[in-house]
Amino acid sequence: RSSPFLKMAVHGPVVKIHPVVLASIADSYERRNEGASRVIGTLLGTVDKHSVEVTNCFSVPHNESEDEVAVDMEFAKNMYELHKKVSPTEVIIGWYATGFDITEHSVLIHEYYSREAVNPIHLTVDTALQSNKMNIRAYISAQMGVPGKTVGVMFTPLTVKYIYYDTERIGVGLLQRTRDAPNRAKGLTSDLCQVGGAATRVQDMLTTVLAYIEEVLSGKVQADNSVGRFLTDLVSKVPKISAEDFESMLNSNINDLLMVTYLANLTQAQIALNEKLVIL
Amino acid sequence: RDVAKRARMSSAASSATRAGSLNGRPGRSCIPIGPHVVLKMIKHYQEEGQGTEVVQGVLLGLVVEDRLEITNCFPFPQHTEDDADFDEVQYQMEMMRSLRHVNIDHLHVGWYQSTYYGSFVSRALLDSQFSYQHAIEESVVLIYDPIKTAQGSLSLKAYRLTPKLMEICKEKDFSAEGLKKAMIGFEHMFEEVPIVIKNSHLINVLMWELEEKSTVADKHELLNLSSSNHLEKSLQLLMDRVDDMSQDIVKYNTYSRNLSKQQQQKHQYTQRRQQENAQRQTRGEPPLPEEDISKMFKPPQPPPRMDTLLIAGQINNYCQNVKEFTSQNLGKLFLAEALQGHNS
Repeated sequence: RSSPFLKMAVHGPVVKIHPVVLASIADSYERRNEGASRVIGTLLGTVDKHSVEVTNCFSVPHNESEDEVAVDMEFAKNMYELHKKVSPTEVIIGWYATGFDITEHSVLIHEYYSREAVNPIHLTVDTALQSNKMNIRAYISAQMGVPGKTVGVMFTPLTVKYIYYDTERIGVGLLQRTRDAPNRAKGLTSDLCQVGGAATRVQDMLTTVLAYIEEVLSGKVQADNSVGRFLTDLVSKVPKISAEDFESMLNSNINDLLMVTYLANLTQAQIALNEKLVIL
Repeated sequence: RDVAKRARMSSAASSATRAGSLNGRPGRSCIPIGPHVVLKMIKHYQEEGQGTEVVQGVLLGLVVEDRLEITNCFPFPQHTEDDADFDEVQYQMEMMRSLRHVNIDHLHVGWYQSTYYGSFVSRALLDSQFSYQHAIEESVVLIYDPIKTAQGSLSLKAYRLTPKLMEICKEKDFSAEGLKKAMIGFEHMFEEVPIVIKNSHLINVLMWELEEKSTVADKHELLNLSSSNHLEKSLQLLMDRVDDMSQDIVKYNTYSRNLSKQQQQKHQYTQRRQQENAQRQTRGEPPLPEEDISKMFKPPQPPPRMDTLLIAGQINNYCQNVKEFTSQNLGKLFLAEALQGHNS
């Protein structure tokens, strides 16, 4: 009776993560103390009716050994107070840990966080890449067991989504382009180069689309109606303007921009001149 | 037709000058920045910045020989009227102490500030940057332009005060003679330091994962053709500054006119005195005592030149931004032309 697509159960809020949180977690993992196998920290954000938005985080020092775990709670409280001064709307919504699995120590830490927040979220990020992937998962705890007997805690998984502000998306776009650079370093280019880069990207996309169309026309690939509809949309998006109208619009825009450039140059020459006269 | 040719040449020229200044001065290498620093700054402005208010924060990192590396940052709360007892220094000290526990570099290597359309050259910035640079020679101020970033490309620039300006700030000699002696022009106030974003391998893995998992579509704001709003605002700010500048110039002109008038008066007075003395000598009377001329004619107060310098620097910055913007837009217009050319 079970369906072939067994998805993770979604019995809780949707977790929306901003990329800044993941980047900070990666950074704290890189800075961990010698001998520590994982890093934990607090997650800050806002809670909605059906979702939880994680917007910030900070790492908390802790010691973990085979049989005991110690978390610096004073530190966590202090840091939260300091963070509240900058963004008063952020509240503690849970905690994160790097590593693949949920251990028994996690249960204890989760209990501590249950005192700080209502229904805390637990986020795991596998920074050691044990499964060749950075499994980013979120859990919420639920009580389980037979009533009357010992009660256990079960961590139920939640759906994780990534959300970005517009400016964040542009920042992440730049970071993604950095990963292709040879020594993982990338400078910020001048404006005109950026337009060139964007144009190249659009050109690449057009080449891919054209290759697909060629294949469909020659019968190698089955034609897909929905893709065809998108293509018609695409072609009709370029506005049909008569040649003279377009040329006059183009020229007037170019004239405006040239005039502004000329004025800017004139102003710069003027202040340079003024300075020379004053220093005389 | 030749309008287009002229446009192409001017856009090439302005982009060439821009590329030249981006190479940085010889001997000053690039500053690597960790990617989470960039994301944190973006988030800080997005959540706490409204309109023309600036958001500020502190940059942490290390100084390796003479190179600077920025590895972390934390934001500064806004100055509100009701937090009269808020102690900035205490906040900073507590933050740094806590961060030390989690192995984050706690060296203050600079600070960052958001800007509104590129206006950041002010006395306050100068003073803050001077105090930072006095402590650590390599410190920089990162200027983040959120409006330009929202238009498609991350706009982050690092500035440092030139050694000449540092000298002047140290002497606190902002008078006209001091500035003349140091031969400071508005172009020599700040030097831009190129920055590089350095990804660690882990962050690279994260980026690959995000690309796979996230379904956020690219909105291509960079290729947006509408530009008049941004241009209007920039030009409005430029006009305000030029007005300030012209007022300053008027003040200076009146001052120099007053000065020359006074010189003339002094000259006349000494001449009359000498004549009288000569006459008295012929008559055999004792000459009149020499009076202190400078006390009689008090020299007019020269207007302060530092503000003019700052305004000139700001105007220069606006002009540079406007030129960059126009060259980018010209490129986009030619792109649109090419697209139409295929169709018509």
